[in-house]
Amino acid sequence: MSEPTLVVSKIRAGTVIDHIPAGRALDVLKIIGLSGREGTRTAIIMNVESKKLGKKDIVKIEGKFLGQHEVSIIALIAPTATINIVEDFKVVRKFKVEIPEVIEEIIICPNTTCITNKSNEPIKSRFRVLSRKPITMQCSYCSTLISEDDLYGLIKV
Amino acid sequence: MNGSFMGRDVISILDFKREELEELFELSDRARKLVDRKLRLLEGKVVSLAFFEPSTRTRMSFEVAARKLGADVIGFSSEESISIAKGENLADTVRMLDSYSDLIVIRHKLEGAAKFASEIALNPVINGGDGKQHHPTQAMIDLYTVRELFSEIDGLTYAIVGDLRYGRAAASFIYALTLFKPLKVYLVSPPILSARPEVTSLLKSRGIVFEELSKLDEVIEEVDVMYVTRVQRERFPDPTEYEKAKGTYKITLKLLEKAKHSLKILHPLPKVDEIELSVDNSKHAAYFLQASLGVPVRMALLTMVLGGEL
Repeated sequence: MSEPTLVVSKIRAGTVIDHIPAGRALDVLKIIGLSGREGTRTAIIMNVESKKLGKKDIVKIEGKFLGQHEVSIIALIAPTATINIVEDFKVVRKFKVEIPEVIEEIIICPNTTCITNKSNEPIKSRFRVLSRKPITMQCSYCSTLISEDDLYGLIKV
Repeated sequence: MNGSFMGRDVISILDFKREELEELFELSDRARKLVDRKLRLLEGKVVSLAFFEPSTRTRMSFEVAARKLGADVIGFSSEESISIAKGENLADTVRMLDSYSDLIVIRHKLEGAAKFASEIALNPVINGGDGKQHHPTQAMIDLYTVRELFSEIDGLTYAIVGDLRYGRAAASFIYALTLFKPLKVYLVSPPILSARPEVTSLLKSRGIVFEELSKLDEVIEEVDVMYVTRVQRERFPDPTEYEKAKGTYKITLKLLEKAKHSLKILHPLPKVDEIELSVDNSKHAAYFLQASLGVPVRMALLTMVLGGEL
């Protein structure tokens, strides 16, 4: 007898974020600003089998179409994710997330004496991506380097 | 000539190419011949000196350089004396100075402050030191001093000694060397004050042969240029560690007995007790010459950025 599978119904229109590394689905929702209190119909599927990843998470969001900015920030915490745009129960567009060359605002510089951490200044943090595998980026203001391990704790959620 | 500098911000020494620095050095040679004269090249221009942190040499040499070129100078030398003390942010202060003047020289305790100022100001901004990161004009003077002493910057062995972690002059000098072809660069510091990862990773990526070590006497025989910075007490959590480190990095005549005759010692100044006083009169001491070159190099830079032919 085969194991029972987890069945989640299809969405009519919205976004399916697939191939999220197992255990990161809640962070993905946080980073794109969904707390659940917005009233959006959302399915969170965690730690299910995946041919590519072994285990993965999936998020299905009814009625929300992700913009370029949201897609690029997902890449920071879920670099393997694929985005499926669904209309009328069908996937109409499918793409992989990609870390942009420059990331503004969403990462906090770990250097406490960086100008971007000064309050009351019209300034956004800015990081230049030096390498994608593994991720290394550098603050454009204070030159501090951050690695993939540091990154997770530095994303504004 | 000087087209590449015109209207340009000077934030990091890494913003420059070797050829551009060589152009600056040639102009600095000319500025030295004119340094005793009052010129009118920048007449009608106003230079702002925005020193949010104390400075003697950098601020005064910029002021002298600007005045010798005929420019007017406005500014302040501490946060207490301006509206920042009333809670004004940096951005507004910079906007104001930008509207009063043709160029801003800024020093600030936070890394990235000069870059931020340059994004706000329409006129050029020169970084006079930001936190522990950049001090590009000091690096220009340091390279120019090496060129003056050895007629070249390439092919020499350098030892950068002291606080390589928090000292912006040391970090900028190391960055500056990556634009040239040093034979070898020794980074000599207590482990707690070793160069930051962004500095060493740049040395690696630019193929500079370098070595990090904690004892100067192991390599002193090889060194042509020794760049000394101060190891500050407040950087050490344990005062006994500081006392130990202080002795190890002190430059004495005895230590210099093992050095090449031609070794030259540079120091961005101010120095306190990291170099024995008797070394000041030795053939190795080049830091007073280095300090004296601050005015002509800054004259050349101001001329190139604001336009004018020396």
